[in-house]
Amino acid sequence: MNAPLPGPLADNPSLDRWLAFPAPGKVTVFTGRVEFGQGVLTAMAQIASDELDVAIERIAVVSGDTALTANEGYTAGSLSMQGGGMALAQACADVRALFLAQAAAIAGCAASELEVRDGRFLRNGASTGQDYWTLAGAIDLTVKASGIGARKPAAERKMIGASQRRLDLPDKVFGAPAFIHDMRLDGMRHARVVRQPHRGATIAAIDEAAIRRAAKAPIEFVRNGNFLAILGDDDVAVEAAAASAATHVTWSNVERPTPLQQEANWLLQRPSLDRVIGSAEPADAQGRERFEATYTKPYLAHASLAPSCGLALYRDGRLTVWTHCQGVFPLRAALARTLKLDPSFMTVIHVSGAGCYGHNGADDAAADAAVIAMQKPGKPIRVRWRREEEFVYEPKAPAMVVKVRALLDKDGKPSDWTAEIWSGNHNGRPGGGNPLLAGEALPDQVPLPPAGEVPEANGGGATRNAVPLYDIPASRIIHHLVHETPVRVSSLRGLGAMTNVYALEGAIDELAERAGADPVAYRLSILSEPRARAVIEKAAAMANWQADAPAGTGVGRGIAFARYKNRAGYAAVVVELEVEEEIKLRHIWCAADAGLAINPDGVINQIEGGIIQSASWVLKEQVRFDNGVAAIDWDSYPVLKFSEVPEIDIELINIRADGPLGVGELTAGPTAAAIGNAVAHALGARIRDLPLTRERIMAALLKS
Amino acid sequence: MAIDFTVNGKPVSVSLDNEETPLLAVLRDRLGLVGTRFGCGLEQCGACTVLIDGKPEKCCAKPAWSVAGKSVVTVEGLGSAERPHPLQQAFLDLQAGQCGYCLSGILVAAKALLDENPKPTRAEIAAALDGNICRCGSHNRILKAVEKAAAMMQGARA
Repeated sequence: MNAPLPGPLADNPSLDRWLAFPAPGKVTVFTGRVEFGQGVLTAMAQIASDELDVAIERIAVVSGDTALTANEGYTAGSLSMQGGGMALAQACADVRALFLAQAAAIAGCAASELEVRDGRFLRNGASTGQDYWTLAGAIDLTVKASGIGARKPAAERKMIGASQRRLDLPDKVFGAPAFIHDMRLDGMRHARVVRQPHRGATIAAIDEAAIRRAAKAPIEFVRNGNFLAILGDDDVAVEAAAASAATHVTWSNVERPTPLQQEANWLLQRPSLDRVIGSAEPADAQGRERFEATYTKPYLAHASLAPSCGLALYRDGRLTVWTHCQGVFPLRAALARTLKLDPSFMTVIHVSGAGCYGHNGADDAAADAAVIAMQKPGKPIRVRWRREEEFVYEPKAPAMVVKVRALLDKDGKPSDWTAEIWSGNHNGRPGGGNPLLAGEALPDQVPLPPAGEVPEANGGGATRNAVPLYDIPASRIIHHLVHETPVRVSSLRGLGAMTNVYALEGAIDELAERAGADPVAYRLSILSEPRARAVIEKAAAMANWQADAPAGTGVGRGIAFARYKNRAGYAAVVVELEVEEEIKLRHIWCAADAGLAINPDGVINQIEGGIIQSASWVLKEQVRFDNGVAAIDWDSYPVLKFSEVPEIDIELINIRADGPLGVGELTAGPTAAAIGNAVAHALGARIRDLPLTRERIMAALLKS
Repeated sequence: MAIDFTVNGKPVSVSLDNEETPLLAVLRDRLGLVGTRFGCGLEQCGACTVLIDGKPEKCCAKPAWSVAGKSVVTVEGLGSAERPHPLQQAFLDLQAGQCGYCLSGILVAAKALLDENPKPTRAEIAAALDGNICRCGSHNRILKAVEKAAAMMQGARA
């Protein structure tokens, strides 16, 4: 009896969607997961190397191509190894079993008498004359995976679990073409879109002559409804023309977001779709020992270092699109809706971009290029967004308000927990039926899908990590999905987990203080899950945690913990910082149990990146509105700098576990909350609104 | 307008129809040196950092004519896979990078630092790189890689 196939393999069972033997000594691995700096392709090569018994140098990885790879939806949710990695592992194991059976038949022995060494089949250590490549012609890889192949036992793995250098890093260190931005196709033309301020805004007037003067080189206009693009052979000219269009194109029916709307609390007054997940709130809450506090997080930007870029070519009735988006199949479906084109006439191919950390402008830039390419067939069209365009038009991570209400037992421990959440959705991706920006401007608009949020089965969006993992007899989430937001919103690393963990781990700290207990001891007193306890104990030990450190000294320490999605990886973070007018991070320690680490060094790199990005969000980041999105560049949206990054120590627990649990989003919540808790310890007063600005520090000091 | 300058030690001559054409556009689109990346066009993020007469400068908004007669060094001029610069070797050794989009500018800025100050402290390295944004959070590996490169170069001199 074979084990059930990993989900992506069950969805895409044909083995030729996972690997091929294209030439003697060569293996091509296909993965629907895509690289954006997390090292996923290297990990896939490691998996295939072990499961096939082929040297990693022989393996090339092809990723995210609708013509070649499996449809694995989005590369998101810290699921690449759990889903796609384990699917590839089983596909390789099945292929290995098919080849072993064939080699055994030829050798006239049982498959169990053969071993595979770097792709060659040996019997009693001697060559059988057969290898993957001699047999490849005789074996049909269009057959379906069955789970017949046994996965490599842990003790025999050589590559899985061993730190491996990233395959993509040399190109990036030597300045080779490494990104979609570096693609240069024959006859390629450059384009920029004059962005519609929002759905429903209409072009009132275009001063074409003024824009042509600004371009200083020949340009042409491409117009369809309220979709307006500038096209030319010179990238500098189209950039200058697009920049000038801000003053030379006027729009009607424009509503711009206001400073009032930028605050998370604005959400409290808005219409929402409401639901309760879990039991009803107890009716007798009044009069009982209770705790209540409200935490907020503002709109955030992905702030990818590279503005989004897309290329498209429409030729001979076929559309090819190159994109750095997180899901080529969902993008193809969205492009089909936008362009009214059968997806079978379209190929969407992933090419690396800069780190995106969620749904940024990548899909929309690809759609821009596709719309222009359809109107200008025959030549490749390259659209590269301007920096301001990326900041203003990429989807934002939604602002959130989280109210925590807890009832306490006689020992000051929570006996009932409510998280009441107000948020826009974290689900604006085109795969959910949401329109691409270009599609909103075209005459025949794609209708908006019904308001929705990431389902609980996928870990939830705004509700992600809202319920504590602690031993609390009753808990619930009251979720207000604010379906109309002042700006487009979607997913950013961890979705709602950062805000929810900031709130709940802040609340737990407040409860510990109220109970007169040490934050580490208090957590351990209400937490029975062994793997959860282990990371807290480990992080506290790494930091040499002192239970009785006095509060309010200007130097503080805080701890926070979460199990991502309450079902994936575990992480505990300890932060030491000092506060005067601003916060200076001194040291961060993290203990993580992310299960099996395919590439331990890669796991640590991802965790460290997640810590630093979360620290940046909490200390510095907010998208402000002022007659429009006011975050337009790195001055108006500063992020953490080299001199502001603390020393960070990370230890992994359980890296030989059965399966991987995911790492990319593991530390978003615990880092944010540990910083908040350390600030509270340093100040003797808590700041419940993010980011932790100088104004809020001064206000907290005045209160304390 | 035609301008002459050197890139990575080689003389080049470029004719410019538009005098505002930035040096970055000349490097990437005219000379095929795409290692220097476009990040903002505002001289804020540092992805486009090159050396101009040995000094680190952002070149995404710098008119190309301004380097006439000068020497420009890009990341491609630091070293190659066959002959890596110690910085490139150290960045690979420590796997200092995630998406890698910032690395070209950071490597060049770090080279400028080590040329001036062969034994920088961690704080001096951080200060030298504060004009370069890394969004993935590879900062500490990058700082350690620059320290390692400095030590490798010291060792080579000794």
